[in-house]
Amino acid sequence: MGHPTTTPVAPAPRATFATLAKFLPRRAKLAQRLPDTARTLGISLASMAVFLLVWQLSASYLYGVEAEARIERTTQEQGGDAGAEMAACIASGNVSCKPNTLPFPSEVVRAAGLLLADHRAIRAKKAEFQAETEAVNAARSAQGLSAITYTGRPSFVDQIGTSLKTVVVGFLISLLIAVPLGVVIGLNNNLRIAFNWMIQVFKPVSPVVWLLLVFMIVKTLTLGSDTDTSFLISSISVGLCAMWATLVNTSVGVSSVNKDYINVARVLNLGIGKKIFKVILPSAIPMIFTGMRITVSVAWMVLIAIELLAQSPGLGSFVWEEFQNGGSDSNAKILVAMFVIGLVGFLLDRLMFYVQRRVSFETVVA
Amino acid sequence: MSTLPPTAPFSLRDVVLDFRDLTKIYPTPTGEYVVLENLQLQIKKEEFVSIIGHSGCGKTTLLTMIAGLNDISRGEILLNEFPIDGPGPDRGVIFQSPSLLPWMTALENVRLGVEQVYPHGTRKQREDICKYYLDKVGLGQALHRRASELSQGMQQRVGIARAFALKPKILLLDEPFGMLDSLTRAELQDVLLEVWEKEKITAIQITHDVDEAIFLADRVIMMTSGPRAQIGDILEIDFARPRLRKDILRHPDYYGYREHLIGFLEH
Repeated sequence: MGHPTTTPVAPAPRATFATLAKFLPRRAKLAQRLPDTARTLGISLASMAVFLLVWQLSASYLYGVEAEARIERTTQEQGGDAGAEMAACIASGNVSCKPNTLPFPSEVVRAAGLLLADHRAIRAKKAEFQAETEAVNAARSAQGLSAITYTGRPSFVDQIGTSLKTVVVGFLISLLIAVPLGVVIGLNNNLRIAFNWMIQVFKPVSPVVWLLLVFMIVKTLTLGSDTDTSFLISSISVGLCAMWATLVNTSVGVSSVNKDYINVARVLNLGIGKKIFKVILPSAIPMIFTGMRITVSVAWMVLIAIELLAQSPGLGSFVWEEFQNGGSDSNAKILVAMFVIGLVGFLLDRLMFYVQRRVSFETVVA
Repeated sequence: MSTLPPTAPFSLRDVVLDFRDLTKIYPTPTGEYVVLENLQLQIKKEEFVSIIGHSGCGKTTLLTMIAGLNDISRGEILLNEFPIDGPGPDRGVIFQSPSLLPWMTALENVRLGVEQVYPHGTRKQREDICKYYLDKVGLGQALHRRASELSQGMQQRVGIARAFALKPKILLLDEPFGMLDSLTRAELQDVLLEVWEKEKITAIQITHDVDEAIFLADRVIMMTSGPRAQIGDILEIDFARPRLRKDILRHPDYYGYREHLIGFLEH
């Protein structure tokens, strides 16, 4: 007959170490995983090479089509001599007669370099400006006047920063609305019915329409004040577009708490506050964070479209300006922006994934 | 089928739980489904009762009605002469699935209930109660492990500690070891019995397992198959306590009890 009180149980590691260890990579497993990692890396690199090859080939095909059409048109309109001249001009690679089409990978890399150089130049100019106005600003602040600020053109890197700021504010707005509302809807069946049609109808509405709606409201509310409303408008629109995933997930998470946990709460006679904060919310957290992760992705995706339309500074308006601009390297710059947008979106999703894994008691699917 | 008098032969003053004409009806699209009908039963103070019967005979319905998680259709259940109305921590429940909150540690799971029952004690006092019972079920070393990291058997140990730590008037066990493998099950029966013999809290346990019923219970209540389930037979298990498994298995009456129960179930 066994004595159950002596059942061996591994002692729990010290709490402080356990929390620290979670942040460190597991070194023991790294060696085991190495072949797998190498394989993943190899396949990824190979597929990137294929991608670049396809891109290069498509770009050169489109370049050929565009060049031929241009020569033909010149020949028809201005005669054979002008046509031959155009062909020579295109062959020389002169910027003035460059066929305007999908840029080559090399052009995109060059454009990225240009944008970075531009950023450094603007930053230097800004620093210079600040040094010059420092004394004046000190005097002005002593007099109670506002400081003179640099009002030059923002660089590409500044635009990324602006976009991130907008998306973060938009994300916070959506959380502020969606999480409390989702909890309330999830707890009350009548409210769920009341809000259901609203969610179903408003969820599929395009970001463009949200923007216009927010514009109508914000414009009226800020009548008379001279604040810059474009940032406000775009971040609110982003929030409204992106909040639905969190709203739906929170309400479903809250309303579908495991029946056993609810029974435990009932048997223990937990008060409503304790029931919500100790049982229902912790149990809904994995669902809520899955919703938040979707919200971040959606927010970043609609942000570009909204900035583009709202004329608020950021990556969206950068892309739009470059497109309208039609410079020789505009197309390449647009593609640089595309990769940056994709990369930032990917990083935001990773960030949310780690947050989700930290707060969840279940295993999270990457 | 033998029809023993439903009322047990003991003084009414000792009755903790009194079922009077207890009836449970579930409405279904095709009409009413009567699970239990006019059930009469009395349970004595400090008694361990096992309820055995086939699946669907309304055992779990009966238990959830005592717990207050399920409405009573007709009749009443008196707990110390007061009718049961809704759930409360005076009836500790050990569920079939351990039902621990997986984001909490073993200690926090027990403490959640203890805080409800001893709201005026100090934090230290409450923590000591939790630790005492977790130690009793063999988890003194695993206080700070998350419930989700514990094995099924260990989770059910926490479930036992949580129920006893409430110092309930009645302990309700809903097939508590049904999901465990037979080795772990025997281990946990021993743990349960050890703690129970110290605390002597009136206990009602539902089980499918004949040997478990004999090993743990003072009385085994056999229920007829539903619908309109009734108490078919009651068997008094007259083994001295504290009980040890090896003594029980060697006891001359053991196989008689076993045959009686199996004979009823196979009818």
